[in-house]
Amino acid sequence: MPDKPLAPEDFARCPLPISEHDTVQLGHGAGGRMMQNLISNLFRWAFDNDALNKMDDMAVVSLPGNKLAISTDSFVVDPIFFPGGNIGELAIYGTVNDVAMSGARPLYLTAGFIIEEGFPLADLRRVVESMRDAARTAGVSIITGDTKVVHKGKGDKIFINTTGIGVIEHPHTISGTNLQPGDRLILSGTIAEHGMAVLSQREGLQFDMPVLSDAAPLHGLVSRIIEAGGGSVHALRDATRGGVAAVLNEFAVSSKVGIRIQEKSIPVLPAVAGACGLLGLDPLYVANEGKLVAAVSADKAEEVLSAMRAHQMGKNAVIIGEVIAEQPAVVTMQTLLGSWRIVDIPLTEQLPRIC
Amino acid sequence: MCLAIPGKVISLHEENGLLMGKVEFGGTLISACLAYVPEVKVGEYVIVHAGFALNVIDEEEAERTFALLKEIGESEGQG
Amino acid sequence: MKYLEEYRNPEIAHRLLDEIRDKVTRPWVIMEICGGQTHAILRNGIDELLPDTVTLVHGPGCPVCVTPLELIEKALTLASRPEVTFVSFGDMLRVPGVSRDLFKVKSEGGDVRIVYSPLDAIRIAKENPDRQVVFFAVGFETTAPNSAMLVAQAVREEITNLSLLVSHVLVPPAMTALLDSPQNRVQAYLAAGHVCTVMGWQQYESIVRDYHVPIVVTGFEPVDLLSGILSAIKQLESGQAKIENQYARMVTREGNLYAQRQIDDVFQICDRTWRGIGVIPRSGLKLRDKYATFDAEPRFGLTDLVIAEPADCISGIILQGLKKPNECPQFGNRCTPATPLGATMVSSEGACAAYYNYQRFRNLSEK
Repeated sequence: MPDKPLAPEDFARCPLPISEHDTVQLGHGAGGRMMQNLISNLFRWAFDNDALNKMDDMAVVSLPGNKLAISTDSFVVDPIFFPGGNIGELAIYGTVNDVAMSGARPLYLTAGFIIEEGFPLADLRRVVESMRDAARTAGVSIITGDTKVVHKGKGDKIFINTTGIGVIEHPHTISGTNLQPGDRLILSGTIAEHGMAVLSQREGLQFDMPVLSDAAPLHGLVSRIIEAGGGSVHALRDATRGGVAAVLNEFAVSSKVGIRIQEKSIPVLPAVAGACGLLGLDPLYVANEGKLVAAVSADKAEEVLSAMRAHQMGKNAVIIGEVIAEQPAVVTMQTLLGSWRIVDIPLTEQLPRIC
Repeated sequence: MCLAIPGKVISLHEENGLLMGKVEFGGTLISACLAYVPEVKVGEYVIVHAGFALNVIDEEEAERTFALLKEIGESEGQG
Repeated sequence: MKYLEEYRNPEIAHRLLDEIRDKVTRPWVIMEICGGQTHAILRNGIDELLPDTVTLVHGPGCPVCVTPLELIEKALTLASRPEVTFVSFGDMLRVPGVSRDLFKVKSEGGDVRIVYSPLDAIRIAKENPDRQVVFFAVGFETTAPNSAMLVAQAVREEITNLSLLVSHVLVPPAMTALLDSPQNRVQAYLAAGHVCTVMGWQQYESIVRDYHVPIVVTGFEPVDLLSGILSAIKQLESGQAKIENQYARMVTREGNLYAQRQIDDVFQICDRTWRGIGVIPRSGLKLRDKYATFDAEPRFGLTDLVIAEPADCISGIILQGLKKPNECPQFGNRCTPATPLGATMVSSEGACAAYYNYQRFRNLSEK
């Protein structure tokens, strides 16, 4: 017990709470000054724009035109840093691409962070900086957001949710329900790079693949496609989880058409084929983050293909198959030997196998 | 069963007393155990299964049988 | 990639197909033992390209499919224990036990890890000295040397928190068991190329002699498979029965003696139950007594479980080549990869799953 009553100045000598940390603390999500500091010093600093800087509970923006494309996606990739990217740029490009697949011009993104207590602030900064850079590359602004910190063990490092808003400035219907018999299917480039780049870093599977994740924004390519094809562009979809096989199956089911592709036309880099061969994975089912499949009527297919090849994101574009009226909802592939087989929808993520 | 593919041995090293090596598959490298192919030399091809090289590929035999395969096919194709 | 791409050459494949059509005069039934070959045959549509007279039936060469239910249950029990880190090839995670699989155990908090090399179990054991690491040692003669090296290395590095749940099986006893069956319809075998890489083809000389059945050691690419089938047809048509080695770039008569020696040092032959088939004498491997401390079953006091196979599943008949998957009344109806009744539908190498994925609709090319 102190031998005299405590004076106000004694309190000043109480240890001050630590305001500087190198890891994320629960306090960073608690709504107090720590959270304010994190938001000002990191998120606002990185994403800097008028709508965000007002720091209201919502962003107020005006939009040209009256048709919007909106998409939301949550990103939980493990590991969060992988060859060619990290969860931050993935969270930007993933949503930008989903919005762009309607032919929209992506304009705004929201960003929600769920961070595990103890996550290094240096890593958070790396993630946020690459979000900033990716948003710049994609020409979008991150206009509002949210931060939550969960107890250690209740999350896995960091989860990010982004919602994207874009405007549609063309009169066409571009939808997975809109494929027509006779359409050609165009794939924008080599496949399976993102999925294998992520897998190469997983514990117990490490391999050294000289190929980076293909994570990239596709809205520029999409606008070239629409310029070249106009209303002949019937559907666009980026081939993320489930790979090209999942996109083709979704198309076939949604439009009640059959799809036939050629095995020999599917482009796969040798190192990706090598890694898939080692682990027994089929590249058709492996995720991409910068590749799309377009369904374009036959008369415009070559024109669209040339336009795609003239764009950086589509320089390896190829026609991989066609839409048929028969066998609705079924995707078949002609093998290298000339026989036909089913390309089924994957039940779940492929597992590395030994047999 | 037994997913195994051929790769080229790029380098050899020892790890905890075991002969290991970097093996290349179309540009992708893994570290494989080479203890069952102790005579293997850099540049040779091995067949790798679940992290182990199971054998060194007999390149002469491969060339001989492949030539034969092509030949049988061709003569039949022409005949 | 070298030694892979040239064996996918469509021209050579079609010339081999022409020659098969040319040589075959009556119906023959050939079994490919290996699940990897089943997969390659269906993925490339080879069965569709063969003349109707050549029937390929798919053998029991899928370790995922034949691992007995009681061992799967032991794996699930071990993986559920709080002190255990359970290490497995990816193949085994979706194999159903009585009511759940390893994924389910993982979702309930079990520590289940997928590895590519068995040696990763050593790394995990060293990184987690307070945990008991159990490696699920499944597979044929191809993975047995790798499991054996895991044990040898654990001894060398004095690792004590590691054990193996052993379910290794051997191919030749299954081949003779099928030939001994009164319902056998197999007239020639394609022997599993990578098993032969390890064990050599001498193992099959006695089978050829005793059963007068042609055996062709065969690789995994289309040209390999077709040239194996062609060799088998030529023998069948001329009434011969000998062992031929189509896979000479990988396989010798003696096999890999280093690997064989290591297997022999660590394991001994035992009777083994095959899921869907039953006990096949001398068809399995178990740890030798000197390595008994690495045996997970006694270490964790697991007693034998007696579990009946689902009554509606005919996977045993499928694995013996007596029926094709699409001849099963449950196929594609009650039994699909999402709702498998038996292991042949679970594993991507399983004949039923391969049929479902690649051949659910027959005669595609005619439409």
